Amino acid sequence: MSLDESTVIPREPIRRQVLPSRTMPVSHGHKMIASENQTTQIHEEVNQIAPVLVIENFCLYYGKTKALHSVNMNIPRGQVTAMIGPSGCGKSTLLRSINRLNDLIDGVRTTGEIHLNGQPIYAPGIDVIALRKRLGMVFQKSNPFPMSIYDNVVYGLRVAGERRRDVLMEACQASLEGAALWNEVKDRLKDSALGLSGGQQQRLCIARAIAVKPDVLLMDEPTSALDPIATGKVEDLIYQLRSNYTVVIVTHNMQQAARVSDFTAFMYMGKLVEYGPTGSLFQMPRLKQTEDYVTGRFG
Amino acid sequence: MISIASNYYARLAKAHSFTMQIVCTAFAMIILVLLALVTAFLLYHGFTSINLAFFTQTPSGDIQNPGGMLHGLMGTAILITIASTVGIPLGMLTGVYLSEYASNSVLAGPTRFVADVLAGVPSIVVGILGYELLVVPLGDYNGWAGAIALAFIMVPIVARTTEEMLRLVPKSYREASVALGATKAGTILRVVIPSATGSLVTGIMLAIARVAGETAPLIFTALGSRFLPVIREPSPYFHPTDLQHPFPSLTKQIFDYATGPYPEQKRLAWAGILVLISLIFVLNLSIRYFATRTRRTAT
Repeated sequence: MSLDESTVIPREPIRRQVLPSRTMPVSHGHKMIASENQTTQIHEEVNQIAPVLVIENFCLYYGKTKALHSVNMNIPRGQVTAMIGPSGCGKSTLLRSINRLNDLIDGVRTTGEIHLNGQPIYAPGIDVIALRKRLGMVFQKSNPFPMSIYDNVVYGLRVAGERRRDVLMEACQASLEGAALWNEVKDRLKDSALGLSGGQQQRLCIARAIAVKPDVLLMDEPTSALDPIATGKVEDLIYQLRSNYTVVIVTHNMQQAARVSDFTAFMYMGKLVEYGPTGSLFQMPRLKQTEDYVTGRFG
Repeated sequence: MISIASNYYARLAKAHSFTMQIVCTAFAMIILVLLALVTAFLLYHGFTSINLAFFTQTPSGDIQNPGGMLHGLMGTAILITIASTVGIPLGMLTGVYLSEYASNSVLAGPTRFVADVLAGVPSIVVGILGYELLVVPLGDYNGWAGAIALAFIMVPIVARTTEEMLRLVPKSYREASVALGATKAGTILRVVIPSATGSLVTGIMLAIARVAGETAPLIFTALGSRFLPVIREPSPYFHPTDLQHPFPSLTKQIFDYATGPYPEQKRLAWAGILVLISLIFVLNLSIRYFATRTRRTAT
């Protein structure tokens, strides 16, 4: 399902000829304000796979500012779903709502519901700590703790109360192998994680996230601070992870979304605009707004 | 015209810059010379007065041969130990509260303000407070009052440095820990405090160095004594009841000898000052060691 750059880019010249004949001018981003009555386009294919996450009428407010407007989307199990959109469109906010990391920010209020495996996660009485153990997260900037590589990987297990050395060591190796980092660090597990390169640190963070065997792996622009080679390695890794995990990845980079994801959601100004299989979204978007964004006309 | 004008201003600027450099260097030199004088004076008087008896004997009562300051060294060590046992945990917990729990609480501002004011209160005021609260009710000057007065000076210093150091720990560490299923307390104990250990130790040592040289708060509380702080009854070793009496300290003994009329006692005071300054110097060196070590691990 995944595409590489070459299948997306050649379409651009054709589109440039088509667009000027349209009624609405598209040359400037600020003219593309989503109207209140705009309908979200969700392609049928999205709902053909059983969802692991169901987001229902989800709204989020930072104080009085409404950051997410009634988002509805199903995230299919065992697939990579990318969220794209210009800065400030709410894609990271939505991602951080899935593991309730927004709870840490003062003044955040939500309505609507998100279900993980059919369980509502915003229902009263939900154990947020237990919830977060089922949702691994990888951040924009790699953030290994200032401890050894080993201590970083087994952190989540230790927090969960695991003390048996053999279990921890086994999990450490399995997670590092899963993150394609084992061969590079197996001889220096006791060294500080801060001595690793940026790309290695990010893969370490992925290893740390998968060590607790989460249901879903949330990635918030995981390669935006990496050079192209390290980015390539992390993307390969994401591609491999799909067999075992559901991945939700927020990215600024549309080629990346095209390369690694099975489904793509385009968000704009706190709304889900269009959501469908990555191939269709990039090549046959149903909405003009999506088309303008994926062809690089705005954003 | 333009070239002449700019030339003139360039020369003026150069002269200004040169004068500034000369003035700053000159003042730095003055300070350095003064410091060197004080140090030389101190070393001269200190080293000519110090001997083995200083470390092994207590005041003899003989004006010509006044003995040593073993009682003061032991007294100061005991006072600082007790003050640290009380003051450091209280200060650190307050710092953790300010940095981790109170960021938006109504209590945060007042607590921080009170800590700042307390850190600036002249230490003699703390001594008078100790006199009113711990000496008058107990009926006699005593070691407890001295130790608590010193602890009272330590708390705001430790609290504020702890807060500042914990604030420097990147938010991303806290997010990563919480996303892995750690509780807030678990995150603070496992990630936040360990990654700030070096700078926390620096803050603690600064507080110890500060109270090690305090005399004023001890005048009204521990009073001072010419006998060993460890009384043979009820135990030949240190016993808490030893603190129920007027309690010796190095600084108070130096104060008494230095303001007294006898030359031999004045010499002993010089030796005491040398020992005290050396102790604080060693503490400062270890502070530097810890501080640089932290910086190295943080990069």
